[in-house]
Amino acid sequence: MKIIKNIFEKYKPLFEQGGKFEKLMPLFETFETLFFVPNRVTPSQGVQIRDAVDLKRLMMTVIIAMVPSLLFGIWNVGHQHSLATGETLSFMQQAWIGIVVVLPIIIVSYASGLTVEFIFGIKKGHSLNEGFLVSGMLIPMVVPPTIPLWQVALATVFAVLIGKEVFGGTGMNILNVALSARAFLYFAYPSQISGDVWTYLGDKTPIDGFTGGTSLAIANEASVNSGAVVDALANSNTVLGADFYSFSNLFLGFIPGSIGETSTLMILIGAAILIITGVGSWKIIVSVFGGAYLTGLLFNAIAANEYMMMPAEYHLVIGGLAFGAVFMATDPVTATQTEKGKWIYGILIGVLTVIIRVFNPAYPEGIMLAILLMNVFAPLIDFYIVKGNKERRIQRATV
Amino acid sequence: MSHTIKLKKGFDINLAGKAEKKLAECDQPETFAIKPTDFIGIQRPKVMVNEGDTVKAGTPLLFCKMQEDVKYCSPVSGEIVEIKRGAKRKLLEIKILADKEIVSEEFKKFATTDISKIVKQEAIELMLKSGVWPNIIQRPYGIVANPTDSPKAIFISTFDTHPLAVDQNFTLKGEENYFQTGIDILNKLTKGKVNLGLNENAEISYIFSHAKNVEPHKFNGKHPAGNVGVQIHHIDPISKGDLVWTVNPYGVTQIGKLFLEGKYDASKVIALTGSEVNNPQYYQTYTGACINKFIENNVTDNEVRFISGNVLTGEKIKSDGYIGFYHQQITVIPEGRQSEFLGWLLPTMEKLSFHKAFGLLSFLNGKNKEYRIDTNTKGEQRTFVQTGVFEQVTPMDILPTYLIKAIMAEDYDDMESLGIYEMIEEDIALCEFVDVSKHNLQKILREGLELIKNS
Repeated sequence: MKIIKNIFEKYKPLFEQGGKFEKLMPLFETFETLFFVPNRVTPSQGVQIRDAVDLKRLMMTVIIAMVPSLLFGIWNVGHQHSLATGETLSFMQQAWIGIVVVLPIIIVSYASGLTVEFIFGIKKGHSLNEGFLVSGMLIPMVVPPTIPLWQVALATVFAVLIGKEVFGGTGMNILNVALSARAFLYFAYPSQISGDVWTYLGDKTPIDGFTGGTSLAIANEASVNSGAVVDALANSNTVLGADFYSFSNLFLGFIPGSIGETSTLMILIGAAILIITGVGSWKIIVSVFGGAYLTGLLFNAIAANEYMMMPAEYHLVIGGLAFGAVFMATDPVTATQTEKGKWIYGILIGVLTVIIRVFNPAYPEGIMLAILLMNVFAPLIDFYIVKGNKERRIQRATV
Repeated sequence: MSHTIKLKKGFDINLAGKAEKKLAECDQPETFAIKPTDFIGIQRPKVMVNEGDTVKAGTPLLFCKMQEDVKYCSPVSGEIVEIKRGAKRKLLEIKILADKEIVSEEFKKFATTDISKIVKQEAIELMLKSGVWPNIIQRPYGIVANPTDSPKAIFISTFDTHPLAVDQNFTLKGEENYFQTGIDILNKLTKGKVNLGLNENAEISYIFSHAKNVEPHKFNGKHPAGNVGVQIHHIDPISKGDLVWTVNPYGVTQIGKLFLEGKYDASKVIALTGSEVNNPQYYQTYTGACINKFIENNVTDNEVRFISGNVLTGEKIKSDGYIGFYHQQITVIPEGRQSEFLGWLLPTMEKLSFHKAFGLLSFLNGKNKEYRIDTNTKGEQRTFVQTGVFEQVTPMDILPTYLIKAIMAEDYDDMESLGIYEMIEEDIALCEFVDVSKHNLQKILREGLELIKNS
């Protein structure tokens, strides 16, 4: 501790005004404050004491909430690999494959994003904003394990630059940064983020009868071919095991998909952490699930096509709905900011997700577009809620 | 008794160092001071005395050129020893070396039975020249009231929910008669009601429970339930164009004393509080007292900060500084100049937080745990990240985040329609405390109020 302190003290003059690396002070400060909370005290007027919370701790809470999903995702990459190639691998071997595949993606995501952040930090003279620590972890979790690393880098740079910095940095962005990265990949390089990309095969060939699609793709296909979705799920990939796409497997996450999104259970653990700590809005999480489920029920009642007849609860466990609801929709910067607005925002995300899934075969994953769309509408929802507050005040004045 | 207004939102900051309810024996400080900076409305103070002059308690020391009738008077008798000015000759303090025996200016005295016969204009004139007028604060803006205005109503909060605040039931013991007279006088100044905010969570002493000619309102809730601004919001909110006055209970008593005793009596019971005080207790002194006598041999050896007032709205002063005009407490807490290793990450139960984010476990302690909190900012300033937490500590139908944003954008219409008239610094102080991004919200709010006031 003392040693680290001394190192910082020794090199600090280099970065201070007049020092050799004066311009890199934001960089130095970022690292210093990572180790030591600064010795700043409150000014002589205003509050004399401050709450123990800061943005670093808040963001750390979100990262911790993502850890169960991430760890499961890493293992699942190896697990899916062994199923698809027919190799029998021990738990440790599966985990190892996952680490070898996922760790580079995480490193590339952080490295490319932080580079952009630092350049802007140095330019504007402020230390790094902690927001990217979350975004940098979210990006690897919403891409398939087979994604080329250069695409990760490109998408991250795009998202940070165009999604965030052009608007003024963390806190000013309109769209969720991690989803901007995914949307960029989806539209720029569709062949690497759709189709049979969800299972990491390496240099191995898959066993006969293996198909690499996600549950969403199967559901979509079934609907087009007028077959019951649940039957289609049950009859898919039976080479990997009977009932591979059973409800419990979908819920637990033993299925191919983006790295972090498959296990609804692990995501719910994360949700519990966010809700208990008060960092994520329970209203948004609940209303996204609720909106999707109710829309599913409504479609069951209409039952115009096979996809509409899929039991409503399946919507909650297939695809990225749970992940999006818990980790993306709750982003405090891009979500609605009023408490009532959060209900409207969440419900509409859920409704839109299911509508996009069921009626638009071009976009099997509805949650991404639903959240981005609602990010854009969030200020409008808030506008009307705030207007309500203003009007109460105005009415009072005229009485 | 009227119905109770229950406030669910808010947060009590339970600090170590509550004052024991007894009056300590202590010599009076040698010097007292009046600080124009305590009065937000004063823009161009004009000093009426020179160094070396002798004054009595109640002798006018200064006035504001914008409001010449309101005189700010000496709290004690003695000699003017220093008129301290700062940068650009800004008037900072007028210091008075106090006599051993306090002599007061003599004003017209009334018998209790004659109080009802006093007419409004006579009352106002007496209050203006004797020095008690600055006790009356105008909302919006939280400035010293303009005597020519006629307020819609007058509000008095009888309890203070700020950290370590004084117990008015104790400080005003035996002053029942003065308090009642003060209320009777205030009733002459408004066509509306004089409203009294009472604390349902504590025993209400005779002085408040038996006050007559007032409209009592009971409040039940955490801090800021005792803030008069919050109470106004729930009793009769301030809309655009409204004007109300507020007075604290000490001020009411002082007004009563002026009429019954014929003098400006600035004697005041203050509390010395905070975790770094060895024997936190109450002291009998006068407004504007130098704090050196009270803290002598009574403060720990750590590097400490002396605060005139409480930790949310008070002001840092030196160890030989003076208590502010409106303050009734001194708080002494540790300075936090340490840089803590991984302080943002390690779990802690010792650091108080309204939040429950990872590792902030103070909510497990229950509400009786007393905290020793230093002045460290505990994090760096960041851009606004909306967490909805301001709304959770503001028991009013106001959206502080949007209001603050409107002020930053200098959007006058939004500031008005989002309720800036209903707030002053103390009403947003708790938001500033819990703010994740560590902004100085009280300062921002004042800038907004200035914009509106001068528009």
